Amino acid sequence: MTFTTPQIDWVPLTPILIVLGAAALGILLEAFIKAPQTRRLVQVGVALFALTSAGAVAVAHWVTLEGAGTIVMRDMVTVDRQSIAWQILIVLFAILAALLYADRTKAGEGAFTPLGAAAPGSAEETLARRKGLELTEVFPLLLFATGGMMLFTAVTDYVFLFVALELLSLPLYIMVSLARRRRLLSHEAALKYFLLGAFSSALYLFGAALIYGATAQTSMVGVGTLIPLIGGNDPILMVGVVMVLAGLFFKLGAAPFHSWVPDVYQGAPTPVVAFMAAATKAAAAAALLRIIYTSVHTLGWELNILIWTVAIASMVVGTVVALAQTDIKRMFAYSWIAHAGFILVAVAGFSDEALSALPFYVLTYGLASVGAFAVMTQVREREADGTVAAEAPRLGQWTGLGSRSPFLAGAMALFLMSLAGIPLTAGFVGKFVAFGAALSVGAWPLALIGVIASAVAAFFYVRLIVLMFFTDTPDVVKDAVAIDETPLARAVIIATGVSVLVLGVFPAWALGLSDQAAVFVTGLAGS
Amino acid sequence: MFPFLTVLIALPAIGAAVLWFLPASARTRVREIALGITGAELLIALIMLWQFDTADAGAHQFAELHAWIPQIGASWALGINGIGLLLVLLAVILTPLALVAGWREDTDVKRRTQYLALILLSLSFMVGIFAARDVFLFYVLFEAMLIPVYFLIGAFGGEQRRYAAVKFLLYSLAGGLIMLVAVIALYFMGPGGSQAYLTDNLTGIDYGVVPERLMFLAFFLAFAIKAPMVPLHTWLPTVAETARVGTTALLVSVLDKVGTFGMLTLCLVLFPEASRWAAPVIIVFAVVSVIYGALLAIGQEDMLRMVAFTSVSHFGIIVLGIFAFQQTSIEGAAFYMFNHGLATAALFLLVGFLIARTGSASIHAYGGLQKVAPVLAGTFLVVGMAVLALPGLSPFISEIMVLIGAYPVAPAAVIVSAVSVVLAALYILIAYQRVFTGPTPDEHGGTREITLRERIAVWPLMALMLVLGFLPALAIDVLRDPSADIVSIVSTQEAGE
Repeated sequence: MTFTTPQIDWVPLTPILIVLGAAALGILLEAFIKAPQTRRLVQVGVALFALTSAGAVAVAHWVTLEGAGTIVMRDMVTVDRQSIAWQILIVLFAILAALLYADRTKAGEGAFTPLGAAAPGSAEETLARRKGLELTEVFPLLLFATGGMMLFTAVTDYVFLFVALELLSLPLYIMVSLARRRRLLSHEAALKYFLLGAFSSALYLFGAALIYGATAQTSMVGVGTLIPLIGGNDPILMVGVVMVLAGLFFKLGAAPFHSWVPDVYQGAPTPVVAFMAAATKAAAAAALLRIIYTSVHTLGWELNILIWTVAIASMVVGTVVALAQTDIKRMFAYSWIAHAGFILVAVAGFSDEALSALPFYVLTYGLASVGAFAVMTQVREREADGTVAAEAPRLGQWTGLGSRSPFLAGAMALFLMSLAGIPLTAGFVGKFVAFGAALSVGAWPLALIGVIASAVAAFFYVRLIVLMFFTDTPDVVKDAVAIDETPLARAVIIATGVSVLVLGVFPAWALGLSDQAAVFVTGLAGS
Repeated sequence: MFPFLTVLIALPAIGAAVLWFLPASARTRVREIALGITGAELLIALIMLWQFDTADAGAHQFAELHAWIPQIGASWALGINGIGLLLVLLAVILTPLALVAGWREDTDVKRRTQYLALILLSLSFMVGIFAARDVFLFYVLFEAMLIPVYFLIGAFGGEQRRYAAVKFLLYSLAGGLIMLVAVIALYFMGPGGSQAYLTDNLTGIDYGVVPERLMFLAFFLAFAIKAPMVPLHTWLPTVAETARVGTTALLVSVLDKVGTFGMLTLCLVLFPEASRWAAPVIIVFAVVSVIYGALLAIGQEDMLRMVAFTSVSHFGIIVLGIFAFQQTSIEGAAFYMFNHGLATAALFLLVGFLIARTGSASIHAYGGLQKVAPVLAGTFLVVGMAVLALPGLSPFISEIMVLIGAYPVAPAAVIVSAVSVVLAALYILIAYQRVFTGPTPDEHGGTREITLRERIAVWPLMALMLVLGFLPALAIDVLRDPSADIVSIVSTQEAGE
């Protein structure tokens, strides 16, 4: 057996290489720059510069791209309009998240623990805090995760996809554990996420192995061409496909693979949650689309039953359980699960419309989520001695925010309305095109369940608006809750808020771009 | 051509934004600014009325068409025929009067500013809905309108306002979201393309029997919640008794007309076959609303709830007129939408004046006010007579048109509905008797007479009802052609079957 060096077209990979290269550079800088403040500044600069230039290169690539895209490495990586669109989204979310990562409260306190290795409450931790240590590894970790996600959208091989999956997951496991406050909760969340994540990765890998066993192929397109020959009755193939998809449903947060979501949302540092909510969803949706559309859609109805079931389960679990939440982050977690269901509604039926609808949908969802989490970093608890402490997680602590800070409450209301899909916000147009994709192939029962779920979901979004605007602030809350004012989070709130409004009123331009993204290069032509 | 309708929509929206961002020091004159903006609206609308070509009232005049979201077939398409014209007029007439009526309601300048901004924003949406010629645009405004109204109810009003606001929002949202499925389906089953949602392009399309009926039901459900029909009406009395009187007056008189307006101009026109299929059942529900609403109105102690239930009853008559598919009944229904708006708004405002004097909305808290405030009592009586459709006032004309028009096709329904005229006399006269006649309780001995400001708010409505009561042709002339168009759409296809 001879080994031939694969032909690799490096140019389309530039954005990914920039991000991963900057991540590696960041690790080196970590070792060489001693002064915490300088190190922090340099890391923030490197991360933001890498992300913006990666985004700029990706945009330039989109603009100059003739035709649908390029096969970078045969059967392994393809950069086409669909994957570039997702990469741009992921970079955008990563930039917004990086701003939140870099933000500090007025008292100069970041979102991350000063020393991740110290046990919660230990003497080392107190010492690290007193000495003003800064945990700046989070920026390279963010870049690694971003690079992994970008790669995740372009991989066309089942085994290589696993590499990308791990590349994006491992940094997330670490970042989840690094919350500055409520560290035990954060550790618990990270452990849960890691164990369940490892389990789902194993499921995925075993599924990929079974698919290989049934088809002797690891290439997605190759598997796709063989499925009609084998037929949907082959148990090994079916089990393999279901397990592969289960691995992705886990990342997407779809029920019944969702049990990690609320705990991670609750325990992880808020900037990390903002990043995960938007970017992980984009990456998972992108990979799911690629697998379904280029590889396993030929299974047809057998596959559709699975998607319908998971979609309905996610919408029902997400909206119904969210009704009972009293913790704002857990409420958003269940809303995330419901939105995973809405994404699957668009995918069901494998319409071409879904390919153009989903990038736009995830964009609207991501913007509103990042904005909402940015608002959450501003509402904090105040301790008895007057110092501002951790974020205020309970819904009751948001009572009367409308009169105390009309800006924050107004922005939050806007994001909630966008998530609920009220017209003139971006979320409405997103929901419209997503449900439109389902209706275009006659999947109207799913769309109907989707809108009923939206109506139920509106109830808990509205409940928060009622608390913020129509309820007077009790004195207990007035004393115990402080409004923080940090420039970076405010900038993120304004940027996302304006985008949500603009995309809601004038979505034509973005929808037009999203339409162009509805192309996969399958690599069959010319092979 | 001058974009009258866009200006009419944009002006209050811009005004709302200006008020909202006005620095605190400049907020002493917000009421005057808001009144000025609504006055300008009224002026523009009157110019439009003057320029409106009555001979061509069936066509959409002042038409505008711009691409908005071509990917999903949505356009910024505006235009009004005779029906739209009347309802736009209704909106711009009532808003300044409601502002005048509530002039002294807020002492806190910040809250006053917010209230006025929300009112202006809802005016903008109302005009937009009545002027939309594009189903997507209609839907967007229909749903977006919930936001200002939700805040108007939830942030300003009585004790139960939070409950009322959430109830209102969930009812409306549930109806609206189910309608959304049908709106999306229209795109894929209709002509498609970049102007897929223009109502003109959606008229006369065969969707197949079952899809058409499903889409019709989705639309109708949303509209039946808005123009509250039994059994979907329960949000209205709750809202009426808790929200501010000015809000309620606009909500019931104008916003809820979106429901009947939608039935008339969308349900019948887009889904004629399904409309005919559903008409018998809908007429039954309409008659139930007529009688049930009137009976409950008699039993109410709270005057605001009473007026709300009278509206449920009257909306039933409008729906009956619409789904009888007769030229006269549809003209009558469209005319009744306008008249009901005038009469009900006036009644709500008057009840608001009473509440402002004593703080109570309960009928039993009053008595003998006739002696201390005769002009107020007289005004109340005239407005009450309009509500119960006394000849000489315009609601009478429209009610009789609906009943006569519908008689040939639904005699039983008309006969039963006619009973409501008697019931209407009961609820109005009982209320009048309890509040204004009899001995005056001591604590009401000093009740103020109707003030000049209050006269300015209510008397124009009375005058308008009187004029149209004697010269109904002024309004009916612009309703004839659009009604004839709708009737021909509903019945040509009947002939074709």
